[in-house]
Amino acid sequence: MELSKTYLRTGALPSVWCPGCGNGVIVKALINAIDTTEYEKDNIVVVGGIGCSGRTPFILDFNTMHTTHGRALAFATGIKLARPSLKVIVAMGDGDAVSIGGNHFIHACRRNIDLTAIVFNNSIYGQTGGQLAPTPPQGKRSTTSLEGNFEPAFDPSHLALGAGASFVARTTVFDFRELQAILQKALAHKGFSLVEVLTPCPTYFGRMNDLRDPYEMLQYIKETTLPLEDVPLQSQTVVSLDSSMFEKRPTGIFRDETRPEYTELYRELINAVSSQKSAGSQT
Amino acid sequence: MTQQRLVQGNEACAYAALYAGCRFYAGYPITPSSEIMELMARELPRYGGSFIQMEDEIASISAVIGATWAGAKVMTATSGPGFSLMQEGIGYASITETPCVIVDAQRWGPSTGQPTKTAQADVMQAIWGTHGDHPIIVLTASHVRDVFEMTVRAFNLSEEYRVPVILLLDEVLSHMRENVTLPKEGELKVVERQRPKQVKDFAPFGHSEFLALGEGLRFNVTGMAHNNHGFPVQGAEAEQQLLRIMKKIQSNVEKLTLYESVALEDARVLIASYGITSRACESAVDQLRSEGIPTGLLDLKTLWPFPDFLFKKLSEQMEYILVPELNLGQVSREVERAVQGRSRVEHLGRADGSLITPQQIYERVKNQWGTIQKKEVSAHGTL
Repeated sequence: MELSKTYLRTGALPSVWCPGCGNGVIVKALINAIDTTEYEKDNIVVVGGIGCSGRTPFILDFNTMHTTHGRALAFATGIKLARPSLKVIVAMGDGDAVSIGGNHFIHACRRNIDLTAIVFNNSIYGQTGGQLAPTPPQGKRSTTSLEGNFEPAFDPSHLALGAGASFVARTTVFDFRELQAILQKALAHKGFSLVEVLTPCPTYFGRMNDLRDPYEMLQYIKETTLPLEDVPLQSQTVVSLDSSMFEKRPTGIFRDETRPEYTELYRELINAVSSQKSAGSQT
Repeated sequence: MTQQRLVQGNEACAYAALYAGCRFYAGYPITPSSEIMELMARELPRYGGSFIQMEDEIASISAVIGATWAGAKVMTATSGPGFSLMQEGIGYASITETPCVIVDAQRWGPSTGQPTKTAQADVMQAIWGTHGDHPIIVLTASHVRDVFEMTVRAFNLSEEYRVPVILLLDEVLSHMRENVTLPKEGELKVVERQRPKQVKDFAPFGHSEFLALGEGLRFNVTGMAHNNHGFPVQGAEAEQQLLRIMKKIQSNVEKLTLYESVALEDARVLIASYGITSRACESAVDQLRSEGIPTGLLDLKTLWPFPDFLFKKLSEQMEYILVPELNLGQVSREVERAVQGRSRVEHLGRADGSLITPQQIYERVKNQWGTIQKKEVSAHGTL
């Protein structure tokens, strides 16, 4: 109760999210996770993209920026590099992150710049009315795949691993404790961290796929995921984390490595060259 | 001690950005603007600033806007294809009143066109390229020292008006070297970011004072129509906000109008041009004057907001206005609109990737002047 008063802009509530949406669960877990850290509210920036998840910044009482579709990570990169003392958290949808923003996503992973990226993966374009996202398994229906989708899916976690992110985890809103614990670890990680959260959209994904009831939608998420420790050991390699190879998507922390972070490397560059101000620049 | 030296247009632009306090640059390689990025990559860390090469131009403009909101003075530079990609971010900067400078070193044609050939055909895109009604300032320059000064101006205006400023260069100006004396520290006015006197109860939008993220006021920035606190509004309130940001520019046209002129006092023929093409016009004016044709030159530095008032005034004394530009008709149409039929306006274009020559301008004006004089003679009824 108290936490919501501390961290939410009560004047901006209620949010635009539908009953049964899991986004609020992610926000709650994020607030809980942030509350365990030492970060001051004034030093936290939350950047959002476009879509249902993109509305996250409006309701959070931090420095917030609601950007353009797919570009949240690029905006966040500018913020972090220009003022590295800020803690920058990025909220994106799955279409936002790996469709229109796919290029920014892989390059943010590659750079290992210190951002905590959360992908709210509901496997559908909710805000525009239920069109096909790049993330659902084949055979799922949407307003643009009425007979079932035959495109292979992108797996955001797998993509992040391949692109070189130093922290990658996937969890669901069903397992709130794990979600909060993973967010805490991601926030503590120095470098680029990706947390993919599977979250229900009963309004569109559910309605189009016989999961209209929010409870059934949650059950679906539970039943189609599998904790990493339950995945057969020989399959726990990077390659086999591709969910297209699984009936069930693995959840858990797939990678947590310490690697040189972009803004720290840039600080070293500044220290190394600051005495070399070009004679050409001033006459 | 002032020292003349050979400086390239793109170099002048980068040095000017540093001079104006630019401390963040994000970009993507593209001909003919890349030297600006290369120089910023080398110099910015020496100044304690930051440079980042992004994955594309959409990311570049987005990172630049993010960096403004983290408190930095920012710039990016590109050319046609990249400028097209940046339009999304330019719209965001415009509605969020984000000070930033975007340099477009123009090259020939739509799409890939001719990357190493010059043109001045992005003027309308600079003004109208992003969707929706929006405020913007568009500047240009006609020689290397001018590039330096207009780059500093671009930063100053973006701070004063909290608006993205587009600086249009072109392939020739970007790459040519001229012997110039670059301004000394303090020689040119540099407008610092205006900060609020107090953070408490500060509204982050609605005026020229700017507060960055992380400076004690936890506000919201959004590309949606918003109120002065950064929260979404609709309908009449959205219209009111749009009119407010438009008015910042529209009601200051005279202050924003920058130009150089030659021999306007007694001129009856006006050559109105801008950028690299003005250089050819200068020579043409000399030649025409030496033959007794009363010609003057207007070299526009501000292309938007368009100085209608200036053309309205000048059209009272001009029989004929020629607008040479390296496209098939862009600024010439603005001139026609502003003149409202009071003078005859003609466009002189070229689209083969080469510059308009003084000879082309001279010949066109000489022919037209002949026609004008014949008409005058017949109007007076004497032969």
